[in-house]
Amino acid sequence: MTQFWQLLFEGFSLGCVYALIALAFTVIYRSSGVINFAQGAMLLAGAYVISWLTVNEGVPFFGAVAIAIVALALSGVAFQLLLLRRVATQRPIFAVVMITIGLGTALTSGVDAVFGSSTRVLGDPWGSTALHAAGLVFDWVKLWAIVFVAVVLAAFYVLDRHSRYGLAMRATASDEEAALAVGIPVARVQALTWAIAGSLAVLAGLFLSGYPSSPNPSLGESALTAFPAIILGGLGSPVGAVVGGILIGLIEVLAQGYDPSWLGNNFYEIAPYIVMIGVLLAKPYGLFGVRPAERL
Amino acid sequence: MSQPMLSVCGLGLRFGRLTAFEDVEFTVADGELFAVIGPNGAGKTSLFNVLSRVYEPFAGRVRLGERDLLRLRPRELAGAGLARTFQNLALFGDLSVLDNVLIGRHHLMRCGALRDGVFSRRARREERAHRTAALEALAFVGIDAWADTPASTLPYGLRKRTELARALAMEPRVLLLDEPVAGMGEGERSEISELVKRVHGEHGVTILLVEHDMGMVMDVADRVLVLDFGRVIACDTPAVVQRDPRVIRAYLGEGLEAA
Repeated sequence: MTQFWQLLFEGFSLGCVYALIALAFTVIYRSSGVINFAQGAMLLAGAYVISWLTVNEGVPFFGAVAIAIVALALSGVAFQLLLLRRVATQRPIFAVVMITIGLGTALTSGVDAVFGSSTRVLGDPWGSTALHAAGLVFDWVKLWAIVFVAVVLAAFYVLDRHSRYGLAMRATASDEEAALAVGIPVARVQALTWAIAGSLAVLAGLFLSGYPSSPNPSLGESALTAFPAIILGGLGSPVGAVVGGILIGLIEVLAQGYDPSWLGNNFYEIAPYIVMIGVLLAKPYGLFGVRPAERL
Repeated sequence: MSQPMLSVCGLGLRFGRLTAFEDVEFTVADGELFAVIGPNGAGKTSLFNVLSRVYEPFAGRVRLGERDLLRLRPRELAGAGLARTFQNLALFGDLSVLDNVLIGRHHLMRCGALRDGVFSRRARREERAHRTAALEALAFVGIDAWADTPASTLPYGLRKRTELARALAMEPRVLLLDEPVAGMGEGERSEISELVKRVHGEHGVTILLVEHDMGMVMDVADRVLVLDFGRVIACDTPAVVQRDPRVIRAYLGEGLEAA
C-alpha cells in the first residue's frame, strides 16, 4: 500500500506539470485554432535558460526563473506577431501548424548547438532533498511543483473567467472577424496567448527537469507525452487540459511503478494513449469538450 | 442640427474594375434615424462595410463627429463610438448570450490583465458594473431570460436580438443596423421595428439603417437615402422620397405594390 501512495503522489505531481503543458496547448488553440508543436522545444529552452543563468552566470534561482519567463514570453509574442500572424491571414491553418513544427525543430537544434547534448544541472534550491512523512518520500521539488501549479492555475482561472482578456480570448477563438468587428484587439489577444504559453513552458520545463531528472535534450519530448491530455480532456477546454494532464501523469507513473511485465518493457509510455482512445470511444469530444451545436 | 454626427463626402468604392458605388454624399444629424435603401446590389451593404472599415474606398471622406473615420483601424471603431450589426449574424456561437453582449464592452473595460490576474477589488467592481450593463441591454431587447444559453442554440430572431443587445451595450454614438428584419416573419418584423424605434427614442443614439423592407423604413426613418446602381438618386424624408419619380422608377413602384 505504501508503494501505491508513493506512486500516487509522484503521479499527481507529474500530472500537475502535464496540466501546465496541456494548458499552454489549449490557450493557443482556443484563440487561433493552432496546435503549437513548438511547445516542447519552448519548455526545453526554458529549462536550459534557467540552468545557464544559475550555473554559468551566478544568477539567484528565482531571478533566473523570472528572467526565463520574461524571455520566453517575449519570444512567443515576437514569433506570433512577426511571423505567425502574417502567415495566418492568408494560409490554411495547416501551414501555420507546420511552421510551429519548424520552430520547434529549430529551437531544439539551437539549444543543442549552444549547450551541447550533455546533461546539465538545473541549479534549483531543492536538489534531491525530500520530506519524509508517513513512511513516504516527498521530494521537495515535486511538492513545490504542486504548489506552483495550483497558484498558476488559480491566476489563470481568474484571468480567463473574470477579465476582459479572458472573454476576448474566448471570443477570438469563436470567430476572429466578429471579434474584430466588436472592437477586440485580436492581434494583441493572440500575442497574449503566446506570452502565456511561453511562461507556462518555463515553469513546466523547470519542474520536469528537477530531481531525479535534469535539463537534457529529451525534455522536449515530454510535451508530446502531455499531448493525450488535451485530447482526453477535450480540445479547447482549460478544465479538460488540467484534468487530462493530471490523469495522464497518474496513469504514467502508476503504469511505470507496477510495470506489468507480461505487457513488455516501457508499457507506461503507451498507457496514456490507450486510456485516451478508451475515453474517446465513450466521449468523442473528450471529457470536457463540447460537441459543436449543429443546426439542421 | 449643428455639427453632423456622420458626414460622407464623395465616397466611392471599387472591386477591381467594378464600381460598387461612387459620389455618395450625405450627412446624418446627431440623434437622427437615417435609412439607406435601394434594390439588390445597389451598394447598401458595401457602403456599410466601408463605414465599418472592412473595405477601403478609392475616394472620399467620412467624418464621425470630429474624427476622420477612414484613419481608424477596425478595432478602434468601437472606442470611437461606432457599433454595427450584421446582415448575416456575427455572434460567438459557443459563448453564452450574456458573454456575447459583455464582449461588446471590451473597449469600455479599463483593468488590464495584471490587475485582473490578482483579482483586485477594483477589477471586481468593474466586472460587476459591466455585467449589470450587459444584462440591462438584454432586458431592453427582451431576451434576458436567455442570458446563460449558448448563442448558437437560439432561434434566428433571438440571435438577431442578441446582436442588437451587443451593439447597444457598446454604448455607441452611431449604430449601424444592417437589415435587422431580414428573413423574419410579419409578426417579428413589426416587433423589431418597434424595438428599433425604442432604441432610437430612449437611447438617443444616431442610427444608420440599411433595410430591404420598405414598410419598416417608411415607418421608422427620419430621412431616407436611395441608392441605385451605386449612385444616390434621392435623399429626403420618407414622404418626399415615396413621391420621387426617379425612386418610383428605380425601386419603389414595385416595392410598394408588393408591400
